[in-house]
Amino acid sequence: MYSVLKGASYILAHTPDMVIHNGTTQTTQRTIDPDSEYLKNLDKSLRSYDECKAYLPNQTYIGNITPDELAGYAQPWYQQKSDYIQREGRFGEIMPEDEFIGLIAICDVFDLVKLESQFAVSVKKKLETHSLIDPKFLSVFDKNFELSEINGFIADEHAEPLYYEGMVVGCIKAAHDIDHSLSAHVIFENLVSKASCVLSLLHLIDKNDIRKEEIEYVIECSEEACGDMNQRGGGNFAKAAAEIAGLVNATGCDVRGFCAGPTHALIHAATMVKAGTFKNVIVAAGGSTAKLGMNGKDHVSKGIPILEDCVAGFAILVSANDGVSPEINTDIVGRHTVGTGSSPQNVISSLTASALEKAGLKLTDIDKYTVEMQNPDITKPAGAGNVPEANYKMIGALAAMRKEIEKSQLADFVSEHGMVGWAPTQGHIPSGVPYLGFARQELMDNKITRAMVIGKGSLFLGRMTNLFDGVSFVLQQNSGAGQEETVSEDKIRKLIAASLKDFAKHLQEDEG
Amino acid sequence: MLKDKKAIIIGDRDGIPGPAIEQCVKTAGAEVVFSSTECFV
Repeated sequence: MYSVLKGASYILAHTPDMVIHNGTTQTTQRTIDPDSEYLKNLDKSLRSYDECKAYLPNQTYIGNITPDELAGYAQPWYQQKSDYIQREGRFGEIMPEDEFIGLIAICDVFDLVKLESQFAVSVKKKLETHSLIDPKFLSVFDKNFELSEINGFIADEHAEPLYYEGMVVGCIKAAHDIDHSLSAHVIFENLVSKASCVLSLLHLIDKNDIRKEEIEYVIECSEEACGDMNQRGGGNFAKAAAEIAGLVNATGCDVRGFCAGPTHALIHAATMVKAGTFKNVIVAAGGSTAKLGMNGKDHVSKGIPILEDCVAGFAILVSANDGVSPEINTDIVGRHTVGTGSSPQNVISSLTASALEKAGLKLTDIDKYTVEMQNPDITKPAGAGNVPEANYKMIGALAAMRKEIEKSQLADFVSEHGMVGWAPTQGHIPSGVPYLGFARQELMDNKITRAMVIGKGSLFLGRMTNLFDGVSFVLQQNSGAGQEETVSEDKIRKLIAASLKDFAKHLQEDEG
Repeated sequence: MLKDKKAIIIGDRDGIPGPAIEQCVKTAGAEVVFSSTECFV
């Protein structure tokens, strides 16, 4: 029996100060030209928390607007007035920066995060009212520091400052004096990733019919690495996040594959559940500070606000077949293999048509493809084009080559089988997974029959190979309760033949 | 057009990757001096 997609959560943390101080576009610029006009004027291009909440793609990410509804608004969306300003969504929330810093402090179990007294008191008060934060964690805010002490850690011990509304409100210390893998910079990135993963886990449990104790395994699939100088990237974010989220019966591991990581992890989870190894597996990831403001220079030069101002996260629950939730069909898995080559035709065939053909399906039998769902508001001004649309055009072109559609139907294929992109450009975050929450509902509501999840990863960025990667799988409507493993007639015949043969052999032996 | 020219190639993972452009350019008689695929997202 196939495993099922039981639930999905999506969160954003609005982090404008981290855009300035931790995004690599900005930190690199500070290194090469600290007096640049870009850095001088950057703060004027940052959005307020309310503006961030009102941004339509953000409301889509947390589930208050469907992709179809978002497509109904004219682009660019940053120019659209929006009535959607909720912090809470069907799938998660948009957390303000001060509370997120508080959550980072909660996620620090090595006493590396130091918060300034007044800030700590204020954040504690706010997080006391957050329904998903266990009060037992709030004592972390009772141990706090004077600003002078924090400035001392920053000046003398290479601690990374934590800013809120332009002011230093704390710092994150290095976990080792010499080890670069435990430097304050690395610990900062990792705690941000962990905290956003934890928030995703908490929302997943809160919004779905599952208890924390029922989770047996967590697969974390972000693009960060935790470890020390002897095992850089040793792991593991999964268990660290599960610990804070209170998933007491879970163990887990990290799966990496650049942006393709989540799709790989979902295949792992679906296979483990189908095999009966575990009943409930979560695939989750937090976000990345490095990618904050990644395309900021292009945005600012065009008078566009910095749209990459949120750390993102998600969590997906894969469970044993409940007879209702959409099934993860692990018999239809596309793979970009070592031998696939890099021609666009080969790449897209390996991920779509080749896998579907084995199951007797055509490209047009998939109602929705969920690909690299980057928000075009972010990518188009930066010259990267409309990424999901480019992917849909390639799938459509393949369908035309295979005579499944006429060339003249290409635009219709893109609009019928594709979607607009709404996810922040946080690498693994937009890759296939942002649609899963909506896909679950649409499959259960009979709006669609099948969806294909495609993840692609830029392995070449790690300089270990020139290859990139991709994997895909199909989500389908549940075939109904009581789906039992069946034994074919042929197999029964063989079993009877083997028994008769065995019986005859015994008779011969007895006579002998 | 490309015969005996030197080519610098920057491919796009979500468009045409470097090695695919490289094959085309070589066929047209150019010398590839640099080729890479980049991720623009």
